[in-house]
Amino acid sequence: MAVTNVEVRSGAYYDSVVLMQLQRSLADLAGVLDAGVMMGTGANKDVLAQSDLLAPDAEAAGPDDLVIVVRAEDGASAQSALDRVDELLAARRKGGVDQEYLPKSVESADQMMPDAQWVLVSIAGRYAAGVTREALRLGKHVFLFSDNVSVEDEVSLKQAAAEKGLLVMGPDCGTAIVNGVGLGFANRVRRGPIGMVAASGTGLQQVSCRVHQMGSGFTHALGTGGRDLSDAVGAVTARQGLDLFSRDPETKVIVLVSKPPAPKVAEELLQAARSAGKPVVVDFIGYSPPAQKVGNLHFVRTFDQAAALAVQLAAETPDGGPGPDLRLERFANVQRYLRGLFSGGTLAYEALLILQEYLPVVYSNAPIKKGQNVLENSMISQEHTIIDLGEDEFTVGRLHPMMDNDLRIRRLYQEAEDPEVAVVLLDVVLGYGSHPDPASELAPAIAKARAEAKKAGRHLEVVAVVVGTDEDPQGMEEQIAQLKAGGAKVETSNDTAVRYVGQLVQALGKPAKAAAAERQVNVELATLQQPLAGINVGLESFAESLVAQGAESIQVDWRPPAGGNEHLMAILERMKSK
Amino acid sequence: MDIDKANAQATERMIEARPILVGLAKASEVIPGMRDNLLLHAGPPITWDRASGPMRGAITGALIFEGKATDEAGAQALIESGEIGLEPCHHHQAVGPMSGLISPSMSVHILENKTHGNKAFSNLNEGYGKVLRYGAYSEDVQERLRWMEDVMAPVLADAIEASGGMDIRALIAEAMHMGDEGHNRNKAGSVLFTKNLAPHVAEVAKESETASEILRFRGDNALSVLNPVMAACKAMTDVAHGIEGSTIVSAMARNGTDFGMRVSGLGDRWFAAPAPPVKGLWFPGFTAEDANPDLGDSTITETAGIGGFAMAAAPAIVSFVGGSPKDAMNATLEMYEICYAEHKYFTIPPLDFRGTPTGIDISKVVETGITPRINTGVAHKEAGVGQVGAGLVRPPMSLFEEALVAFADQYGY
Repeated sequence: MAVTNVEVRSGAYYDSVVLMQLQRSLADLAGVLDAGVMMGTGANKDVLAQSDLLAPDAEAAGPDDLVIVVRAEDGASAQSALDRVDELLAARRKGGVDQEYLPKSVESADQMMPDAQWVLVSIAGRYAAGVTREALRLGKHVFLFSDNVSVEDEVSLKQAAAEKGLLVMGPDCGTAIVNGVGLGFANRVRRGPIGMVAASGTGLQQVSCRVHQMGSGFTHALGTGGRDLSDAVGAVTARQGLDLFSRDPETKVIVLVSKPPAPKVAEELLQAARSAGKPVVVDFIGYSPPAQKVGNLHFVRTFDQAAALAVQLAAETPDGGPGPDLRLERFANVQRYLRGLFSGGTLAYEALLILQEYLPVVYSNAPIKKGQNVLENSMISQEHTIIDLGEDEFTVGRLHPMMDNDLRIRRLYQEAEDPEVAVVLLDVVLGYGSHPDPASELAPAIAKARAEAKKAGRHLEVVAVVVGTDEDPQGMEEQIAQLKAGGAKVETSNDTAVRYVGQLVQALGKPAKAAAAERQVNVELATLQQPLAGINVGLESFAESLVAQGAESIQVDWRPPAGGNEHLMAILERMKSK
Repeated sequence: MDIDKANAQATERMIEARPILVGLAKASEVIPGMRDNLLLHAGPPITWDRASGPMRGAITGALIFEGKATDEAGAQALIESGEIGLEPCHHHQAVGPMSGLISPSMSVHILENKTHGNKAFSNLNEGYGKVLRYGAYSEDVQERLRWMEDVMAPVLADAIEASGGMDIRALIAEAMHMGDEGHNRNKAGSVLFTKNLAPHVAEVAKESETASEILRFRGDNALSVLNPVMAACKAMTDVAHGIEGSTIVSAMARNGTDFGMRVSGLGDRWFAAPAPPVKGLWFPGFTAEDANPDLGDSTITETAGIGGFAMAAAPAIVSFVGGSPKDAMNATLEMYEICYAEHKYFTIPPLDFRGTPTGIDISKVVETGITPRINTGVAHKEAGVGQVGAGLVRPPMSLFEEALVAFADQYGY
């Protein structure tokens, strides 16, 4: 025979939802047939009456009273249920759902962690391009671990990234080290002065480990994905990495590693590497280099050699600190070329040698290698040019340029009129036998050339190397003072002067990249130097590794867009891209 | 065409709308297109043969109230013959909770959006228990309706006029800082509403006994503010409707049989699918078996960025979403995933006063697979029984997919 027990608590207020929960808990207890828990308002009592729970005690309750009614199989069950009311009210119903919120999309993860610079993508390949595109839209670099991304997608993603100054490392990029933090599969490697760009995951790991074992380390080691150096992709990411490291004052030596590259792409990439302004160690598997060393390029055949040479070169390279301020803003857009007008043949030769580290091609009437980069016509400069005015074609029927400034001054005016010329480099050799006062002629000519250029809206940088002593008949200090008054920058070391102009024209040449790369925007160095924060889409262990390395990370609870319905996915993609 | 711009415009209009309760008058006098032989109901269009138990009950009750029928059979005959028209509230700038029945001689709240000038309407709330909106039409229900109409409405109308109007957007914002989410929990808002009107009721009522009766009725009903809040939301969402190229949802409503939805850039078309069952907590003596499928225009609150979307503001009712305050937070955080904007005026204290997720974007719903969370009451499936519980419901995904395809067709994507 069923028993109905009632408990009325006066002045006890609970929100009705709490009470509904309590009522459900009571009804679930053993022996309980039905339960009602409500505040004693008229309407509520009607509800109790409908369920036949309105026992006389309950009927007397007022709106401020909490009414608890239990109908059970027997009195004991009813009473024990009522006895548990307080316990049930106090119980916290967590049920394992009390968890931090996991965002469902890259966009909402970005809202939760707006400082994140990276998105790590390791979901199934057919969805990876979409997530990568979303990440690029949000201005993030992407570490694209997923494979099975089509070449067409890779090309379009990397182009879109390059246009926004962003990196897409991958697809199928297994590893990278950014700012000391390993992404994907990465070893714990010391920070140091070496920067690496690798189109080979295990290559990156092997070289980085060997470098660490040899006591050195990395600024960053960037993966590109194995197809980056293919004809289709054209080394977009490797170029970005190279450019990044050439601008990074912390990076002294660059290592380039790749699986067998497409020959044409390899040539172009090496051409770009020639302008890096710092040593580049190249390990292209299966590539036959023209020589062990070409300018700033050092070719090796194994990962171990790459590591050893990089460590050695980094140790030999003095701390540059931040480079000089080149004040590029002084120059007009089209100004980019160097013209060296030397009177001293070996000074010109040394200039050509040093410039190899900065410029891939410098023309000359007296080139380093016979028949290579020869000026078509000694009287007309081409692009970057170093002229030795002491060569026969200039001295027939006239004095050597160390004694006669006339020809050099005319050539100076000629170069100054060329709107593409940014820098003119001159040597001024003093001492017995030379012109008794060369600066008295050269300085006014320099001043005039610069003034003409200025009228045309350009800045002409003139750098003079003075070779002499304070005891020379011309008086070195006096000569320098005159040249400076004419507007020249004066050095007494050919090496220093050439390196200065090398840096300058290298920097001026940067925006004028190959036509295909015209729309590229430089990757901002700062985005790699800030404390790393990454949004992880895919393998949770990647997010955990980031956190273990002291980086910030947020995991996206990612599901295929539109539940994997390709028709709807296509519509969504069109709506986003239009 | 720029979808992003269109959505920015739609949500901006929704958020900047400022609905003021300016009056109370008979539906026939103020609702556009209202006529003697017309009934308004909740949700997308419905016919008698497809109507659910509580909807049929409410139609019957409204016709009895109007003196046009005496029982369900009579009501059915009037509706099926077409003698009495049946149209959605939404087609007349109106909304109503549950069955949402509005008949010509019922009084309705008049909300005026001071920013854009449009109006919206909603009926009076009857309180709990056996009520018309849940399909009850017995004599006691009729008696209450008549008292509301004859005694309370004239006094409220005068009181609202005397108050000079009440800013409902401000009221919702304040109530949200007092634990309301604006749909299932309206305790704080109802108290504020009654408090604001009380001095005016006392002033305009001819007898203090009437004033007392009215204030007690309203004070006892923690849902008394729900109807003006819904009308305010309708005023907000209406100005977000009809923006060329916008993927923002401008209405969600259920008639107990279908769940309907409109999208800003897709005209007046209803996207509809069978109304889903509610995951509920049940009143004593009831189970999921007793529940009618989802019902009512009150989803206009979620459409406007409150209700289930503001769950994090209402820790007292966290049991709906799993039990802990963090679950309530997560419920709101989830809704940010599918909304275009964050509300400027409705803010959530425990989320560091972040604005509520506002403006459901159908493309985000389809992309993420997350459907809107709706807090709701549940009606008994048979007419006349009343409310059997409350809980959480999500509209069918097919609505959003269908709308997205329609959008792609219309705009050439």
